[in-house]
Amino acid sequence: MFHQNKKQETTEIAYNGGAVVAMKGKDCVAIAADRRFGVNQGQTVATDFDKVFEMGPQLYCGLPGLATDTLTVRDRLKFRLNLYELREGRKMSPNVFCSMLSNLLYERRFGPYFVEPVVAGLKPKTYEPFVCNMDLIGCMNEPEDFVVGGTCSDQLYGMCEALWEPDLSPDDLFETISQALVNACDRDAISGWGATVHIIQNNGKIDMFGEAAYSCVLRPLSLQPAGEKDKITTRNVKTRMD
Amino acid sequence: MGSERYSFSLTTFSPSGKLVQIEYALAAVASGAPSIGIKAANGVVLATENKHKSILYEEHALHKVEAITDHIGMVYSGMGPDYRQLVKRARKMAQQYYLVYGERIRTCQLVQRVAAVMQEYTQSGGVRPFGVSLLICGWDEDKPALYQCDPSGAYFAWKATAMGKNFVNGKTFLEKRYSEDLEVDDAVHTAILTLKESFEGQITADNIEVGICDSTGFRALDSATVKDYLANIP
Repeated sequence: MFHQNKKQETTEIAYNGGAVVAMKGKDCVAIAADRRFGVNQGQTVATDFDKVFEMGPQLYCGLPGLATDTLTVRDRLKFRLNLYELREGRKMSPNVFCSMLSNLLYERRFGPYFVEPVVAGLKPKTYEPFVCNMDLIGCMNEPEDFVVGGTCSDQLYGMCEALWEPDLSPDDLFETISQALVNACDRDAISGWGATVHIIQNNGKIDMFGEAAYSCVLRPLSLQPAGEKDKITTRNVKTRMD
Repeated sequence: MGSERYSFSLTTFSPSGKLVQIEYALAAVASGAPSIGIKAANGVVLATENKHKSILYEEHALHKVEAITDHIGMVYSGMGPDYRQLVKRARKMAQQYYLVYGERIRTCQLVQRVAAVMQEYTQSGGVRPFGVSLLICGWDEDKPALYQCDPSGAYFAWKATAMGKNFVNGKTFLEKRYSEDLEVDDAVHTAILTLKESFEGQITADNIEVGICDSTGFRALDSATVKDYLANIP
């Protein structure tokens, strides 16, 4: 484990602490993160530090790790995403987003950003759930069930293995991911202090961010069909504060 | 006198607002071998003349129709060496895109980038514009695409077009022949007929080249296949 070495000196990736998890459900996907921002194990500086960012109508990206890099990578991702969307006149799909993120991280192969990204979203057209995580230099992992990242990823893996099952409904998925995150954070001193959970569902209207938005050629984004926003449920969850 | 005064520096406009070097580049294209592009309902066709001056020339050793990726192909009218440079750049840009996004580049994106390179050569020091116009064809998801790129960096989307020697006649011919619901086989036929309009001598499978792009990707036809198409031409 590279989070802490034997002398208990914190490494960059465990300096601020944090945990992110994403799970697939039936026609939905969830991503959740704790809200602590601390310095080492001693001080908790803030309890409203978001680690998950909206990157598209059905695309969210969590960046646990060194807080400064969380913000930097978020900004640089948004920069590349915006340029792509203007250049191509269409939205970015989750797969492309992950490739781009992986590429961004590998560009700093020998002086990396200390983040372990977790991406969750729905694929265009099919609305198939998509989750992916990667290490700090962008090695992608795209499993069938769930992905985790951050200082208590071991605990999260344990909770997810125990609680997750296939084809969870949005409500069940919310319950599962919340319990997994909250209970994993309880076994990590530098994660927790509240959590945010996003559930991403397709609202059933196929034309909305579907074909048109993802496949249009040289059409300004402003002219693309703008329907109701997709069904995103965001809830803050209380956790132990000790 | 007039135009010569402004024709040396690429970056100097003539009083009439023209960049004369670019006009000359277009003249180089217009005197080059003709090439044709036709978009069909289920694919795109590229065709060009590849005439040899000597009977000693080894046929089918060098190609004018080139694949850029699995799903994009290219042909040119104008100067061969300049074309090879652009093919190299286009292939590299397509692979770079794939490396970053994990998705194959759309034809219009590649065209934009190739056009940007061509534009750069109209505004940089110590260079001359490319002496070629390109026809770039591709297949994006479920649609055929056909674009033309000029030495100035201007690019156009066509249903069908002709470039090079006699391109005006070629375009007029295509205007008469073109219909939206053409199949690829008909488009190959039409493309060869268009070439035939201005062809000096007899068209054979050895002095034209044909490329096809459809849902299975881009491929340059071998001479045996071209021969089969020629059999249907009077």
